[in-house]
Amino acid sequence: MSTTTVAHHDEHHDHPTGIMRWLTTTNHKDIGTMYLTFSLIMFLVGGSMILGIRAELFKPGLQLMNPEFFNQLIGVHALIMIFAALMPAATGFANWMLPLQIGAPDMALPRLNNWGFWILPPSAILLTLPFTLALFGVGDGALATGWTFYPPLSVQGGIGVDFAIFAVHLLGISSVLGSINIIVTIYNMRAPGMTLMKMPMFAWGWLITAFLLIATIPVLAGAVTMLLTDRHFGTHFFDAAGGGDPIMFQHLFWFFGHPEVYILLLPVWGFIPQILQTFSRKPMYGYKAQVYSLWAIGALAVVVWAHHFFTAGMPVPALLYFMYSTMAISLPLAVLFYCWIRTMWKGSMSFETPMLFTVGWIILFGIGGLTGLVLADVAADAQYHNSYFVVAHFHYTLFAGGIMGIMAGVYYWLPKMTGHMYNEKLGKLHFWLTAISFNVTFIPQFFVGLAGMPRRIPDYALQFAEFNMISSIGAFVLGLSQLLFVYNIVSCARGGKKATDQVWEGAQGLEWTLPSPPPYHSFTEQPVVK
Amino acid sequence: MQGMKKLGVGAFALFSTLSARADYTWNFPEPVTPMALDTLHVHNKFMLITAVIFVVVLAIMIYSIITHRKSKGYKPVADKAPSTTVEIFWTLIPFVILLLIDFVIMGIPAYHSVVMMEDTRDQSTMVIKITGSQWRWQYEYLDGDAKGIKFVSNLATSDGQLHNTEDKGEHYLLEVDNPLVLPVGEKVRILMTASDVLHNWWVPQFGSSRVAVPGFIRETWVQVEREGIYRGQCKELCGKGHGYMPVVVNAISKEQFAEWAGKKQAEQQAANDVKEMSKDDLLAQGKTVYEKNCAVCHQVSGAGLPPAFPALTGSKIATGPIFGADGKYAKDSHLDRVLNGKGVMPAWKTTLNDTEIAAVITYERNALGNTAAVDAVLQPAQVKAARE
Repeated sequence: MSTTTVAHHDEHHDHPTGIMRWLTTTNHKDIGTMYLTFSLIMFLVGGSMILGIRAELFKPGLQLMNPEFFNQLIGVHALIMIFAALMPAATGFANWMLPLQIGAPDMALPRLNNWGFWILPPSAILLTLPFTLALFGVGDGALATGWTFYPPLSVQGGIGVDFAIFAVHLLGISSVLGSINIIVTIYNMRAPGMTLMKMPMFAWGWLITAFLLIATIPVLAGAVTMLLTDRHFGTHFFDAAGGGDPIMFQHLFWFFGHPEVYILLLPVWGFIPQILQTFSRKPMYGYKAQVYSLWAIGALAVVVWAHHFFTAGMPVPALLYFMYSTMAISLPLAVLFYCWIRTMWKGSMSFETPMLFTVGWIILFGIGGLTGLVLADVAADAQYHNSYFVVAHFHYTLFAGGIMGIMAGVYYWLPKMTGHMYNEKLGKLHFWLTAISFNVTFIPQFFVGLAGMPRRIPDYALQFAEFNMISSIGAFVLGLSQLLFVYNIVSCARGGKKATDQVWEGAQGLEWTLPSPPPYHSFTEQPVVK
Repeated sequence: MQGMKKLGVGAFALFSTLSARADYTWNFPEPVTPMALDTLHVHNKFMLITAVIFVVVLAIMIYSIITHRKSKGYKPVADKAPSTTVEIFWTLIPFVILLLIDFVIMGIPAYHSVVMMEDTRDQSTMVIKITGSQWRWQYEYLDGDAKGIKFVSNLATSDGQLHNTEDKGEHYLLEVDNPLVLPVGEKVRILMTASDVLHNWWVPQFGSSRVAVPGFIRETWVQVEREGIYRGQCKELCGKGHGYMPVVVNAISKEQFAEWAGKKQAEQQAANDVKEMSKDDLLAQGKTVYEKNCAVCHQVSGAGLPPAFPALTGSKIATGPIFGADGKYAKDSHLDRVLNGKGVMPAWKTTLNDTEIAAVITYERNALGNTAAVDAVLQPAQVKAARE
């Protein structure tokens, strides 16, 4: 009997130790931890790439890299942040917290769970390997088309495109496996008495996410496979010379790509109200309204894709349809914002780090949402499209709305996961540095975008110089601040003040009834929900 | 101490350059077409609405954050959850507000803008065709005074400026050798296409942008209301030269335009007259053509950027024979590759005239470290014959 498992020894199993523990584990918490760790590492990798970009854009002229390498960094940055940092973080939370929140001993499909995770590291390697290969003179580097793979540029590209296609396939398989597991767990393993309409909001967020993933990932897989055959097997899906159409790829890609935005955000919309009710010390407002809004957004997500390429040319009725349907997303979102703020209203609030991140999240994600509303306007979109305005907009939704939400979740649940309190002062410092430097980075990008700076250019006209310099300074502060986050997590995992079972004074829900950290097989007896 | 001082001087220098070039733009640049004007109005109105929403909601939040705190001893009210009827009523309020904003206040003007933007034909008085290719724009006038005029527009910023060995000029990266010339006050219908990958022709002051799709024709229109030079860029990632394909439009009065068109047509006629040229003339012109069009990929030295862009120096194609035994140019010969392209290499037959092709081929075979043993000099007449 090894020493490391003694603490968890509440079952009559012999658990392997060392690397084999992690390779073979079917435990939802081990797998959750691996997902979250992987996500954190890839967040730093993707972040370093963009700091390279911001360094190059610090002033006009080519300083550090040639345009080819610049194009590779932007695309791989996006793919890593979306597929290898944000999505695994949400899946990591699902693994850790869903069984705890619904009163289950583990996920429903533990072996599939293990496989779902272990597909990820190889795909991350596939994605970044071409950089290394290029150093040895093999190929010309990674994917240089931006993360969107638009043909014909991606048909023209080098081996980096093939590597990225296979990486996306693997990442997609991993997501679909994770989704199946989550749906099965939620439908079958809830504690007695927990009807669907009594489920924690996080479970709702993830349930809809999982359905969206299963609906859209196959479309992406199909689209990139068609791209692969166009590249190597003489098909002409996206080549007008052979009867194909390059714009068809954009339809297929964004049929996945737009729901993807909600795939990244719905899990966060799930646990944000939980954090709000904890620190406002009163139940979340409008549970039913929130659930219906999540479903409405999930449904709208799959019918608005073409607003990502209004300028590619469409008939007027199609433009109008996609414009109005996109605007409609703001309706359920307004309800959600209302419920979040109403949850805070007349509560008894305290502002520990998770609450700070949540409040900052509501404000910044609000900016992302409102700028999204104006982007829906077709005529104005001709100006915004592919300008830095769009870059700023989607970083408000995906960095503020995604990653800062995830950070709120990390601080919220870290004491439960590790059994120790993190350093509150460092946590707060991390929040303020992140929130301020994030705005310093991206507010100037709204202005350069409006003034006419296109995205994805390695060098720019002199009129954009000042704002880019400010933006780069902000980006470096933002990047370096994340080292505090890493330090805080690592030191919390290694020790610190003992956390109580409930951790937070106002915390409600099954996960807070278990000890911190919870036993190896979370609930050995099912709790009963009244 | 010394370090701090240096830092201080650096920071001072930084901020003084910032204020010296304080021509910030916080919004869209000044509109010069009806479309851009409309877009600016729409944008300003929407920004105002969203700013009001943001400020009101933020104010409520901040009030709550200040007042409803535990540290002030505020006791939470008991929301009777789930109290369905009251909750549904309250949550419907933001729903209805947004419904009104989306589909009435914003939706109705947005409808009219779309219809206006997509109406490319009504009252349009001339048609031009714009072809995007890696990494230049080609303009062709299809009717009216300027019918038949066709030229290529390349980045004119010097290599030294890009690599910081020369001072950057005022219009760094936004200057071209041949700007598109348009008459003011005319509604110009633009047909847009591309020869290789997607591009997007965008002048911020015109308010219109449209993706150029290879193999398809897309349409848009501009009606420039004021004389002047307007600058923009390609805004669809199109490879390594994406940042280096600016759009420059010179808008002039109708009279000046007619005059310009006449001159340009005569020039083009003269250039199309094929005449015998000396090797030196070919080399001199070839160098210009090469550096403008070919050096982006094959490099000024001819070393290329293998494996994507092969070297011309010592290349079999650039030194081997052009013409076969039958007197016609051989497949995969130097002339074939330049005229018709292959893979990433574009076909130049539509972009360069006979003289330019003859010159650039002669240059590539006799410079860049090459000395071709056979077919060392190519004459424009031979290119003309090859096209037929």
